[in-house]
Amino acid sequence: MKEILEQLEARRSEARSGGGQRRIDAQHAKGKLTARERIEALLDDGSFEEYDMFVTHRCVDFEMEKTKIPGDGVVTGWGTINGRQVYVFSQDFTVLGGSVSETHAAKICKIMDMAMRVGAPVIGLNDSGGARIQEGVGSLAGYGDVFNQNVKASGVVPQISLIMGPCAGGAVYSPAMTDFIFMVRDSSYMFVTGPDVVKTVTNEVVTAEELGGAKTHTSKSSVADGAFENDMEALAQTRRLFDFLPLSAREEPPVMPVFDDPERLEPSLDTVIPDNPNKPYDMHEVIQKTADEGEFFEIQADFAKNILTGFIRLEGRPVGVVANQPMVLAGCDDIDASRNAARFVRFCDCFNIPIVTFVDVPGFMPGTKQEYGGLIKHGAKLQFAYAEATVPKVTVITRKAYGGAYDVMSSKHLRGDVNYAWPTAEIAVMGAKGATEILYRSELDDVEKIAARTKEYEERFANPFVAAERGFIDEVIMPRSTRRRVCRAFASLRNKKVEQPYKKHDNIPL
Amino acid sequence: MFEKILVANRGEIACRVIRTARAMGIKTVAVYSDADADAVHARMADEAVHIGPPAAAESYLVIDKILEAIKQTGAQAVHPGYGFLSERAEFAEALDAAGVAFIGPPVGAIEAMGDKIASKKLAAEAQVSTVPGYMGLIGDAEEAVKIATDIGYPVMIKASAGGGGKGMRIAWSDEEAREGFQSSKNEAAASFGDDRIFIEKFVQRPRHIEIQVLGDKHGNVIYLGERECSIQRRNQKVIEEAPSPFLDDETRKAMGEQSVALAKAVDYCSAGTVEFIVDAERNFYFLEMNTRLQVEHPVTELITGFDLVEQMIRVAAGEKLSVTQSDVKLNGWAMESRLYAEDPYRNFLPSIGRLTRYRPPSEGDAIPGGIIRNDTGVEEGSEISMFYDPMIAKLCTWGEDRTAAIKGMKSALDAFEVEGIGHNLPFVAAVMDHPKFASGDISTAFIAEEYPEGFEGAALSDASREKLARLAVALTHFEATRRQGISGRLREPSGAVNRDWSVEIGGETISQTLDAVEGGREFFFGAGLVELDWRPGETLARAKFEDETVVAKVNPAPQGWRIRWRGVDLVAVARSARLGELAALMPEKEAPDTSKLLLCPMPGLVVRIDVEQGEEVQEGQALAVVEAMKMENILRAERSAKVGSIKAKPGDSLAVDEVIMEFE
Repeated sequence: MKEILEQLEARRSEARSGGGQRRIDAQHAKGKLTARERIEALLDDGSFEEYDMFVTHRCVDFEMEKTKIPGDGVVTGWGTINGRQVYVFSQDFTVLGGSVSETHAAKICKIMDMAMRVGAPVIGLNDSGGARIQEGVGSLAGYGDVFNQNVKASGVVPQISLIMGPCAGGAVYSPAMTDFIFMVRDSSYMFVTGPDVVKTVTNEVVTAEELGGAKTHTSKSSVADGAFENDMEALAQTRRLFDFLPLSAREEPPVMPVFDDPERLEPSLDTVIPDNPNKPYDMHEVIQKTADEGEFFEIQADFAKNILTGFIRLEGRPVGVVANQPMVLAGCDDIDASRNAARFVRFCDCFNIPIVTFVDVPGFMPGTKQEYGGLIKHGAKLQFAYAEATVPKVTVITRKAYGGAYDVMSSKHLRGDVNYAWPTAEIAVMGAKGATEILYRSELDDVEKIAARTKEYEERFANPFVAAERGFIDEVIMPRSTRRRVCRAFASLRNKKVEQPYKKHDNIPL
Repeated sequence: MFEKILVANRGEIACRVIRTARAMGIKTVAVYSDADADAVHARMADEAVHIGPPAAAESYLVIDKILEAIKQTGAQAVHPGYGFLSERAEFAEALDAAGVAFIGPPVGAIEAMGDKIASKKLAAEAQVSTVPGYMGLIGDAEEAVKIATDIGYPVMIKASAGGGGKGMRIAWSDEEAREGFQSSKNEAAASFGDDRIFIEKFVQRPRHIEIQVLGDKHGNVIYLGERECSIQRRNQKVIEEAPSPFLDDETRKAMGEQSVALAKAVDYCSAGTVEFIVDAERNFYFLEMNTRLQVEHPVTELITGFDLVEQMIRVAAGEKLSVTQSDVKLNGWAMESRLYAEDPYRNFLPSIGRLTRYRPPSEGDAIPGGIIRNDTGVEEGSEISMFYDPMIAKLCTWGEDRTAAIKGMKSALDAFEVEGIGHNLPFVAAVMDHPKFASGDISTAFIAEEYPEGFEGAALSDASREKLARLAVALTHFEATRRQGISGRLREPSGAVNRDWSVEIGGETISQTLDAVEGGREFFFGAGLVELDWRPGETLARAKFEDETVVAKVNPAPQGWRIRWRGVDLVAVARSARLGELAALMPEKEAPDTSKLLLCPMPGLVVRIDVEQGEEVQEGQALAVVEAMKMENILRAERSAKVGSIKAKPGDSLAVDEVIMEFE
């Protein structure tokens, strides 16, 4: 009997050694952790339970039957992050380069099925050379199955992808369909076609890093939501993000014990708006001073910097933040900002995370580049996302809320639940100067007259009270009491229920 | 007594004067420029009068605008503070003419002391010790040698019109005097078109020590001891103290009596300061007299118990001094640190912007046996603008002796939080911790000698490193435990404590064994106990060790904590020993080489790019102009190079450290 028991340990030990010490050393030499080490750093100590450890591929072409390694290049199972359940797959680059076989894919699909059944998020740690060529279409079928699972799970449970090595070709489409993608700087890249093919087809010479490194995808393409210095930092930050997310769409977001007073006043917010309306200020300060403990987990921090998105907590409960950033492009809404924020709003709505919106927007970005790029459709995405979102929505207009952009930014008209404005808010069709130049075109030559008209317009419209008189603003609040007011607003909305008319699904202007 | 006074100044000194006036039951009037519309001083006064645009030359320095404000408010007297109009004789005259009292010395005294050469002559006549030297014109090199021999080497040969070190030589021998005379003369002629040269004794490793005098309009003048202001950076005082650790009673008395003699010679009244340099043998030489309240006056107030502003107001109102010299007793020790919005890590470059966080330590007798006093004109949310002096606050501490005052200063600095702009707090904290400073062995060359390469952060002793590592473990444990309280868990947390820790701290990794945690706040490392007073979200952590309490600034960093303490600024990551092993596998990444980049030194707008790709540029050549706060800053090449790619274009709005261009 003892021998039989020992046999189990021996087989486990073999599986755990993956592709062998030499390949493990090579993985380390690249500054990367192995698949199992990554799981160790991601999950609570000792919480991981591995499934399908003894699965091997079934390929017999190209003498593949001689290289069968238990686990087949991916470690799957479940564990906990701060005690909360999560399913994980972690591709093992030491085993056949982490290449995806039919069985490798099946292992991933299996845990995703379980995740959906029990309602727990899925975190994928990607480090794979791509399809296992020896398996041919079997490998492609495996990919397809994973893609399909990603789509099925979308909106059911949160899905997070970490790119921790190569991720090329069709493989990119699995992470691409998950909710968040994070990359590791200098050791990960993602592209549909690599530098060699690019050279052959288009004659462009480009390095893998330039084509699909972390910097490219966080600042240029927006494919990735964030980048981290190394594996350890990426895994630690993923734990931090996980604490903001509910386990599934059936559940409320988790409540964290916090040490911050919801009644805390911030007198310095009274002076955050500069006297000069054209002078920027950093919206981060407003967000941080509103948030519990000043913590703001920013998403897409390096892309479309004119809009800020990310998570904070209020009274321990996660809240999604969307905020115009006057420091960049005066906080204008443009194609990138609209796309970015729209996707974020939809994520929050999927998973019952309330949304607070801080508004200081002079309008949509003008120009041929924007119009040719389809600003109309992209701007519509944000409008659509806000309008369809049924989670509690609280809005704070700090300064400008001009034109169509006013409507877009979680206004009352798009079913904003509680809409606040600071006394410094200016809710109008446009800035005073622009407005008077149109309204009083005939007086344009008379500088003094126009100045007087501008002043008149400013006094009449550059304030929150015209909107407040119509009920478009529920309350004009002191900047210093923003945290108190926003906390109370969300508390009052905790039992919000919205009935939706029947539809199969909407048709957002993609 | 006056019923209403106007304070013709801004910032901390305006607040300082208003505070005393209010205590005396006098109404106050503040003046403010556009940039100061929301400033603390304008809000603090009973009335505030707007006096023009931000630039001082168009507001605080315009005598007519101050007169207008006086007329408007009916103020009977004006306190000028320091700087601005405080030493302008014509301002005092204008007030006289308007029948308004000037809270300061008489016009004659301001004028007499306003001219450096004239004041030296006056001082010499009043039997005040002046630097031995020859003020007359020197004909040729041989005459120079003779004068130098008479004075005694080393001597300084200086151009009359000199400045910025040009036309200045130090000579230690006849030969050097001869050569120095000639080259100074040539240089002076070339640089200033004025080849007049004078020679004076070169004082080696001088200390800057000054005497506070106070006089009334009835001929009484007393001195209130000295202040030592040797810790200077490029002639800007950074740390001052009273008394001086260097003076003996005899020297103090001699300096004090000479200062009083000088004051009497010019019919001085009100508060004034006679500045001296003092050499290693305690020879002291008159430098100049400042006919106003000094920035560093609080240290004198703390050791004498006098309120100098009150005395100035009383004197201006014609009252007699209520005390005589024999009533002046020096009690204990006071230190002052000037907190400047200057980034020590960027070669003390002025840093402007919004104080997103400003939390001074609590004032009063919060430290056992000591006093903390913080003179400031800002609050959280205030803007440090480019228009005025970049001083944020004057932090003073008092203790029974110098050691106690320094100790008090250290803990006051530990608890002082300033965020949003670069500031010199870490630098001042490092100086307070410097053994040479602690020993009192200082001179005006202290900063240049001890920080020749600028400031790169204080060094950390092994003992302190271990303390900060334990602090990081305690913080991490506390935070991890809190996070385990999240809702939606499968099971309740087991409460197990991780025992073996690996702490990555400032580039080193050290192990720590945590044996037990009691009550969530008491951490036992073997026999060593750390009591943590901190809650998540707080930016100050108090950790009580057996021999000291460390109060450090802590902020969450990507994997651990940024800890700032006593001039040290590092990241500490505490992990279980196993995760420490994994972390050790992470590659060390070299910081990108910025020597081939032109980075934007401050947030601003690119006005123009002066060079083109491929252009060869010389050291000092203008490369680009960046506008920040309406100031055009010309960025120049640090060395000759060839311009590679240009990353920014006019109209771009750049953040700090954004790349403007690359060099090949």
